[in-house]
Amino acid sequence: MPPDIEAIAEQVFVALADPSRRAILAELASGGPATATDLAGRLPITRQAIAKHLALLADAGLVAAEPGERRRVRYRLRSAPMQVAQQFLAALARDWDGPLDALKDHLSR
Amino acid sequence: MGFPDRIERVLEIAHPPAKVWAALTTAEGLGSWFGNQATIDLRAGGSAQMTWTGGHTVDMWVERVEEPAVFGFTWQIYGLPDDDPRRTYVEFTLEPVGAGTRLTVVETGFAQLPENVYRKEYDGHTQGWASELGELVDYLDAA
Repeated sequence: MPPDIEAIAEQVFVALADPSRRAILAELASGGPATATDLAGRLPITRQAIAKHLALLADAGLVAAEPGERRRVRYRLRSAPMQVAQQFLAALARDWDGPLDALKDHLSR
Repeated sequence: MGFPDRIERVLEIAHPPAKVWAALTTAEGLGSWFGNQATIDLRAGGSAQMTWTGGHTVDMWVERVEEPAVFGFTWQIYGLPDDDPRRTYVEFTLEPVGAGTRLTVVETGFAQLPENVYRKEYDGHTQGWASELGELVDYLDAA
């Protein structure tokens, strides 16, 4: 198993544990790339707090800054880490116990 | 955290392997206990499909058929997008135990792709989208 996968999934869950960061990621997912100022206008979060969260999200590879002037840097969601976290969730959501119980019932009929 | 790549269950069933085999590898069996309806072309390389009431469908690719001991297939990882190429491998192993069967199911591959591969594939997709949207804009601008 690649060692980075765990670290990547963990960063996603840490990011998603904070409601402000969830709101920022959700906004980038639904509305596309946006500047910190754009986000401050749309979310009930101060621009300063948004900048701080964006820096953390960029460090974690969850958003990427597009090149541009400082105040006009747009942030884009990077979905690759989410896909890794989805794999983790998929493993947890895979229910074998239910179908195997059903198999036993089926054979006993 | 522990990324679960492998899920394994073992159960003792009070029926002989031949009966368990039929439940696992026939459309009638799979469509009774697993899905609500099923089709299967039981040979390595064959395809199978299960459908549930409500419309959910899963496509399986048969990989191993060693009657009545090993049945293996791959299927998509539930919860990932339909076009995601990753699949997990499911293998049922049947061992006779007295008059019954010890059935082992192992599903592997939840953490299958090396990080560099997923990064490459992902970046390809993103750039694909970005450049296609760019092309659309160019096209509309030109019109």
